[in-house]
Amino acid sequence: MNVIGDHGASVRVETCGKTFVDGTRALEPATLDIARGETLVLLGPSGCGKTTMLRIIAGLELPDVGGKVLFDGKDMTSVPIEKRNVGMVFQSYALFPNMTVADNIGYGLKIRGVGKHERASRVAELVALTNITGLENRRITQLSGGQRQRVALARAVAIRPGILLLDEPLTALDAALRDRLRGELNRLLRALGITTIYVTHDQAEAMELGDRVVVMQKGVIAQVGTPREIYFEPNSRFVAEFIGAANIIEAPVENGQLLLPGGRQPIGGDANLTTAVAMIRPETIGIVAAGSAPLSGTIDSVSFIGDRQRMIIGGASSKIIAVDAPNTITAKAGERVGLLIAPDAVRLLPPGN
Amino acid sequence: MRDRLIFTGQLLFTLTVAAFLVVPAILSISAGVTVNYFRGISSGVTLQWVFQVWDLYAGTILLSFVIAFATLAVTLLVGVPAAYALHTHGGRWSRIVEEVITLPIAIPGLAIALALILTYGGFGEFRRSWLFILTGHVIFTMPFMVRSVMAVFSTVDIKTLDEGAASLGASPVRRFLGVIVPNAVPGILAGALMVVTLSLGEFNLTWMLHTPSTKTLPIGLADSYASMRLEVASAYTLIFFVMIIPLLVAMQMFADREQGR
Ligand SMILES: Nc1ncnc2c1ncn2[C@@H]1O[C@H](COP(=O)(O)OP(=O)(O)OP(=O)(O)O)[C@@H](O)[C@H]1O
Ligand SMILES: [Mg+2]
Repeated sequence: MNVIGDHGASVRVETCGKTFVDGTRALEPATLDIARGETLVLLGPSGCGKTTMLRIIAGLELPDVGGKVLFDGKDMTSVPIEKRNVGMVFQSYALFPNMTVADNIGYGLKIRGVGKHERASRVAELVALTNITGLENRRITQLSGGQRQRVALARAVAIRPGILLLDEPLTALDAALRDRLRGELNRLLRALGITTIYVTHDQAEAMELGDRVVVMQKGVIAQVGTPREIYFEPNSRFVAEFIGAANIIEAPVENGQLLLPGGRQPIGGDANLTTAVAMIRPETIGIVAAGSAPLSGTIDSVSFIGDRQRMIIGGASSKIIAVDAPNTITAKAGERVGLLIAPDAVRLLPPGN
Repeated sequence: MRDRLIFTGQLLFTLTVAAFLVVPAILSISAGVTVNYFRGISSGVTLQWVFQVWDLYAGTILLSFVIAFATLAVTLLVGVPAAYALHTHGGRWSRIVEEVITLPIAIPGLAIALALILTYGGFGEFRRSWLFILTGHVIFTMPFMVRSVMAVFSTVDIKTLDEGAASLGASPVRRFLGVIVPNAVPGILAGALMVVTLSLGEFNLTWMLHTPSTKTLPIGLADSYASMRLEVASAYTLIFFVMIIPLLVAMQMFADREQGR
C-alpha cells in the first residue's frame, strides 16, 4: 500500500461558535463545508479564532451548544480526537523528545497495531517523501527547525488521516526556508490528496496553498472564496486590505465616474451611485504620460524592487495611491504622470469597514 | 592587599561555620566506633557497637526501607497521574488543589499524626500495622512528588505533547505511559529521591504514629539515645549516615545535572 492516494473525508462545520470558560468569545457561530480532497486555508490576523476553529474540527475543543462537526456526513462532535483519524501538525510541532525521528513518525502506526516490518517500510517511504533521509535515528533535539517541520508532517500523514490539520506549520521558520518549504508542502499536499485544513496569517501562503481561502476577522468569517475571488473580488475593506496591497478610495461619484482631486476615474456598476468606496490593486494601474489618462498625479517616491517598482503617487486622490509599475519605466519623483485604470479594475466595496 | 584580607576573612568564616556543623557529626560518628567514649578514641576502635545496633535494630532498619519504598510506590502511582491530571485538566482548580496537597508541609507533623489517630485510631488492625505509618508518610511526601513532576510538566509543554499523541490515535492511558511519563523522568526521579529520603528521615509524625512493633530508623535512634550507652546510639547514627548519605549524594548529583541542561 502507498501513502499517496485518495483517502480524504469531507468536513462540515455547522454553526460552531466557541466561548471559553473565562468568557472570551473566540468564534462566532460559523458554518463551513470542505469537500473531499480539498485544501482549505483559514487566514486572518492574530487572535481572530483560526486555531480555535481548527481545534474544534480536530476534536481538541468542544464547540458551544448547537455546534456540530461532521466528517463524511457523520456527526463527530462528541468523538475525542484520538478516534477522529485526523493528522495534525502543531505550530510547535509537538514532536516527542523521548523518541527518535523514526519512532516519532511510526508512533501512530504503532498505536494502530501495525507490525514492525510494515511500520519500518511505511516510515522509510515517508522519510523519502519528506526529504529527511539519513535523519531517522536522530533525536528531535538534534534537528533544525525545517527538519522538525518535515518530521511533524511525516508523522501526521503516516496514519493516513482522513483530514490533515496544520496550524501555522511554517511560521517558526525563517523567511527563505519558509518560501522553499511552502512550495514543497504544496506539491506534497496535492500528491497526498487528503482533505486539508491549513491555518496561517500569511496571505501569500494562503494564496499558494488554498483551493479556497476563509478570511477571518475577530471570530467572524469575513469571506470564503478561491484565492482569485478573495483577491479580485473582496467583499469588504478588511478583506481587500488584508489580502495583498490595495488602494482604497472614498469619493463622490458623478455619471459613473469617481470625482478625484487629480481628475475623473470611470467605474463600472450602478449608474445612480453618488458616493463610492473603491478598491484598486496597485498592479492594475498603468503609468502613462500626463494628459493621456483622465486621472493624473505627481510621483512622491519610487522604490525599485527588482521585478517591478513601487511608485507612490500624490495629488491624484485625497490619499496617496500605490502603483506597481513595470521595472522598465524611468520616471522620477516629482514628475507628473497619468494613471490609466480600466473601469473593471475598480472594485466597489460596501461603505463602512 | 585589602582584597586578600577580605578573602582570608571570608574563608575563615566559612571554615568556622562548616566546622561548627561538621564537627558534631564527626564526633558522633567516631563515638560509635570507640571502645569507651569517656576515655576517648585512645581506648581503642571497635565495631562491636555497630554489630550490637545491627542485632537490635535490623528489623527497624528493614521496616524503614520497606516503608520508604512503599511510600515511593504510592506517591508514584498516585502522584504522577495526579500531576498529569492537574496540569492538563486542572484549569483554575489546579492551583487550589496544589495548595491543599502542599498543606502537610506547613502543618506540624504532630498535628497530622493526631488527626490520623483521631480518625483511624479505632481501626485496631490498621492502627497497629506499619501501613498506618505508611499513610502518614504518603500524606507528608506526596506534595514533593506532585510538585517536582509538575515542575517538569511546565517546562516541556506536556499539554501539546499530549495533544500530539492524541491526534495520532493514542488513548489517554497509552499517551500517559508512552509520552508523558518518559518526558517527565527528570521530575519523577528528583521527586522519588526526595520522597525516599524524607520518608527515611521522618521523625515528628512517625513518633506519634509508631507502636513498639512498628519503628523506623529515626525512632530507633531516639530509642537508643534514651535507653542505651552513648556508643550504641552513636553507632546507630553511623549506620543512619551510611544509609542516607548515598541518597543525598544521588539527589545532589541529580540536581546538578538538571541545572547543567
Ligand atoms: N483556552 C483559552 N481560553 C481563553 N481564551 C482563549 C483560549 N484560547 C484562545 N483564546 C482566545 O480566543 C481568541 C482566538 O484565539 P485563537 O488562538 O483561535 O486565535 P488565532 O487566530 O489562532 O491567533 P494566532 O494567529 O495568534 O495564533 C483570542 O482572543 C485568544 O486570546
Ligand atoms: Mg493560532
